Amino acid sequence: MIQDLTSENFEEVTASGTVLVDFWAVWCGPCKMQSPIVDAFAQKHPDVTVCKVNVDAEPALAAQFGVMAIPTLAVFKDGELAGRKVGLSNLEEIEDMCK
Amino acid sequence: MDDRSFDILILGAGPAGISAALTAHARGRSAAVLGSDPMASTLAKAERIGNYPGLAGMSGRDLLAAMLGDLQRQGIPRVTGRATAVMAFDGRFMVSVERDVYEAKALILAAGAQQSAKPFPGEAELLGRGVSYCATCDGMLYRGKRVAVLGLGPGSEADREFLQSIGCQVLYFTGAQAKNVEIQGTDKVTGLSVNGEKYAVDGVFVLRAAVAASVLLPGLAMEDGHLDVGPDMATSLPGVFAAGDCTGKPYQIARAVGQGNMAALAADRYVKEHEG
Repeated sequence: MIQDLTSENFEEVTASGTVLVDFWAVWCGPCKMQSPIVDAFAQKHPDVTVCKVNVDAEPALAAQFGVMAIPTLAVFKDGELAGRKVGLSNLEEIEDMCK
Repeated sequence: MDDRSFDILILGAGPAGISAALTAHARGRSAAVLGSDPMASTLAKAERIGNYPGLAGMSGRDLLAAMLGDLQRQGIPRVTGRATAVMAFDGRFMVSVERDVYEAKALILAAGAQQSAKPFPGEAELLGRGVSYCATCDGMLYRGKRVAVLGLGPGSEADREFLQSIGCQVLYFTGAQAKNVEIQGTDKVTGLSVNGEKYAVDGVFVLRAAVAASVLLPGLAMEDGHLDVGPDMATSLPGVFAAGDCTGKPYQIARAVGQGNMAALAADRYVKEHEG
């Protein structure tokens, strides 16, 4: 299941394990294209926690991670930012990021 | 099939794209033409066309109006806007236009010479780090900040107004003003230089008539600054075809129309081979 992150739960959810975060917004067409690919990744990799941040609702989180374009994907490993990619990513690229 | 899902999606609403759409439609394929307003193109400014058979010196504007009339009579849908992202997924292509997403089994790139335009210095390096091709997508991330809009294609005025309406401080440059452009910054955009004048900005929206094909589809082979196509107008990516000025010179209507026809026939074959 894909979890929505907010400033309140962000630290807690990303604190342990591998966590993929999809920064998105409703007014962004490319984000709508990223979404089914992230869903497919989540299905294929139940060991990775998959989350979303709506940058419109959570501008502070977007600013904290310097998100300047969406979609942006970020990977956290045990609470540390381990990688990020701006723009659309395909399944293989997401898998590489989370390795 | 919903109203945003087609067999063949054509990016570009000029002679190549319209020709491709008419042929795809005649082959029984559902097709749609997606692109900036062709009435703002170079062709629309041509006073008379002297080398296309049978036109008797018609103006570019009248020719485009007649071609668009053909689309309308055949009931082929037209979407006005720019494709800002393309992704192949699950045997289909997804294409975003502003906040909407369209789907197709095959694509034909026909958005003109600007689709293979050279990026400005700094543009490719800072894409996603201050450089954006989509005001509706990324604008909100620049609220309260100073941004530049390079209005190189039709519809850019609306993007300027949108960015102002959400609280961006906008510096606007028309295509004629945007000469010797250089986008500056190392990790992210910090400034812009236009004709030797420097401006401090946090973002630069580069709005051409079409987003470069090499940005939409990384890995697309180019040759001499144009899309590299085979004899059947296939690009280096399966299911993606190209026609018209984006594939090279001469930039002529006759060439564009012929290539559009060939690209549609090849796309029809591709869709057939991948059916069922």
